[in-house]
Amino acid sequence: MADERITDIGPPHYEQFLPPVIKDNYGKWDYHEILRPGVMVHVGETGDKLFTVRAGSPRLLAITTIRLFADLADKYCGGYLRFTSRNNVEFLLTEESNIDPLIKDLEAAGYPIGGMGNAISNPVHTQGWVHCHSSASDASGVVKAVMDELMPYFTEMKLPAKLRVAYACCLNMCGAVHCSDIAILGVHTRAPVIEHDDLPKMCEIPTLVASCPTGAIRPATVDGKHSIEIVEEQCMYCGNCYTVCPAVKINNAKTDGVSIWVGGKVSNARVAPKFSKLAVPYLPNNPPRWPEVVDAVKKIVEVYAANARKHERMGEWIERIGWPKFFALTEIPFTKYHIDDFKHAGETFTRTAQLRHA
Amino acid sequence: MTEMKRKTPLLDELEKGPWPSFVKEMKKEAHKPIVQDAIGQLERSYEEHISHWKHGGLVGVMGYGGGVIGRYSDLADEFPGVREFHTFRVNQPSGWFYTSDALRTLCDIWDKHGSGLTNMHGSTGDVIFLGGSTESIEPIFADLTKENWDLGGSGSNMRTPSCCVGPARCEWACYDTLDACYNITQHWQDELHRPFFPYKYKFKFSGCPNDCVASIARSDCSVIGTWRDDIRVDQAKVKEYVSNGVDIVSEICDLCPTRCIEWDGSTLDIDNANCVKCMHCINVMPKAVKPGTDRGATILIGGKAPIIGGALLCSVFVPFLEMDPEDDYEDLKELTDAIWDLWGEHGKARERTGEFIQRIGMSNFLEEIGLEPVPEMVMAPRSNPYIFFDDEIFENEEE
Repeated sequence: MADERITDIGPPHYEQFLPPVIKDNYGKWDYHEILRPGVMVHVGETGDKLFTVRAGSPRLLAITTIRLFADLADKYCGGYLRFTSRNNVEFLLTEESNIDPLIKDLEAAGYPIGGMGNAISNPVHTQGWVHCHSSASDASGVVKAVMDELMPYFTEMKLPAKLRVAYACCLNMCGAVHCSDIAILGVHTRAPVIEHDDLPKMCEIPTLVASCPTGAIRPATVDGKHSIEIVEEQCMYCGNCYTVCPAVKINNAKTDGVSIWVGGKVSNARVAPKFSKLAVPYLPNNPPRWPEVVDAVKKIVEVYAANARKHERMGEWIERIGWPKFFALTEIPFTKYHIDDFKHAGETFTRTAQLRHA
Repeated sequence: MTEMKRKTPLLDELEKGPWPSFVKEMKKEAHKPIVQDAIGQLERSYEEHISHWKHGGLVGVMGYGGGVIGRYSDLADEFPGVREFHTFRVNQPSGWFYTSDALRTLCDIWDKHGSGLTNMHGSTGDVIFLGGSTESIEPIFADLTKENWDLGGSGSNMRTPSCCVGPARCEWACYDTLDACYNITQHWQDELHRPFFPYKYKFKFSGCPNDCVASIARSDCSVIGTWRDDIRVDQAKVKEYVSNGVDIVSEICDLCPTRCIEWDGSTLDIDNANCVKCMHCINVMPKAVKPGTDRGATILIGGKAPIIGGALLCSVFVPFLEMDPEDDYEDLKELTDAIWDLWGEHGKARERTGEFIQRIGMSNFLEEIGLEPVPEMVMAPRSNPYIFFDDEIFENEEE
């Protein structure tokens, strides 16, 4: 007889994965301290100590690597480890003397230690060409190229504040990058191409028409077949139609590219959470290393690092100095694309004469 | 390392450089034909500047409507290994804690049935198994559940909730994020596995206003830990920070959003009635300054990324809610049920709660879910005079 089907059990209870030092100090931690880049200690009210070693990963991990992490956890910390919300791996140690050998093994395997404190942490990112159908660019490749250049900002703590870099390969933003210090975003820049032969076979026309947020899609008869037409001037390339209908092709090898947004944050520290704002509207897809994107991001990071005050996140710095100064310092051209023309656009217009003229 | 069937000069370039390489990761599993073809197809994308994945089709395990996302190659004749290359979302444990044995169990299951490529983790929080065939779906599910793992959410359902590290390793956690996340996930298993909402609904649990899981930007229901009483200050330890180089006036007082902190050279004086719990002073001096002890959470609703009607941050619904595990999070569940009833009935297809609230109006929404308006919900009252008046505005005069 077949085994009974098991469903709806949910995830395993987390408690079985917590090391004894955490069970003993659960909810009773007193303080923590960053001892050096990528290494911190949490001290319990009883004086118990938990050391954390944080390493960057490319998020896309082979099981060979996960097994390596498991072996290292067995070797140095009783088999206990976790991952962070930004895809770093963290080893949870009680023996301080194990920190250095663990770091040595991780670095030898190619996983850098850092991403803590006033540093660039691991960029969150999406699937890109590795595994997504609507991506306007690759994700892993751009992140790899950018981080190869910015690596010292990950392994050291030399920035005014933390700097969150994130990447999403289309406007769906699976990585919800829209509140990052620097967001890199794949963009489609042309209305979709309609495959009229396939469309009636694959898609419901009313659903497709309803999917367009700007009402740019209308039913139409093309060569005697039921299909749709797109008012190209009304299309903002969101790709929502492509999500509901594969015959409306949004991906375009010639015109898809990458944009850069700055100054967002999610934490409530000092100033309220805020969206990232447009810095660079379009750069071409130039694999394998996207040099235009890497240069632009590097320039923004360097100008921020040189000019912001201690504790100032990117957005706080820009708001203090003003956007005109930001564009001047970074030498990024300000264009018509920077001025909002979507819903509530007027909220971003300057409606005061308080301006810097220097 | 296994030799590649097809030359990949563009991807090989990304094996160089100091940051960990996803190409190296993929090649570690290149002894599997499915991975050979995944790499081959990716090289084609690098040559041609376009994705070669087709739209997802409907695939899944029997009885579930989510958890597996169909993925097919549009170059299946050239790369037959990735003709089917589906994604499996495996519900992660609260706080992403693992033992080495638990990770090995997951690796063994994925090694046996699929590509051996993963994401640790996906954007919503699940463990992602990247690339398996349609045939493998049921066997993977059977092996996962046998080892006490289950699938996460996808499509128009409650998505897999996630949480910060919480009281397991953070002194700032104002409620038990791990317990709340686990409790909510288990309570709504049906809603997690069987899509019957207008669109996705995400929960994220952050233990303090630093919001390490970005709940305010990335969820429909953001639960952010906070406190109501006074910040706890150890004056002696404040002085230690000063002697170690912290400039209290410029680094703390001047950056306090409500300027409620004063420093006279020996005592840190906080006007707690005006503290907005931003965490800055606590972040800078964690040994000396700590959150209060009357703790709970602020509940915020309606965050989302741009598609379709523009990005939204969550906004305040309940300024302070006690989050006692003993109460089983009844208030949060009751609020959620009320939201789901209303949105489930009146939301349009692919309309997130945040967009739905904007369409029908916040005041109508609050009235329907039975929540009283409070001034904490707005940055300022309206400045336009186009008010929709109800008859009840005259009630006092009629009496």
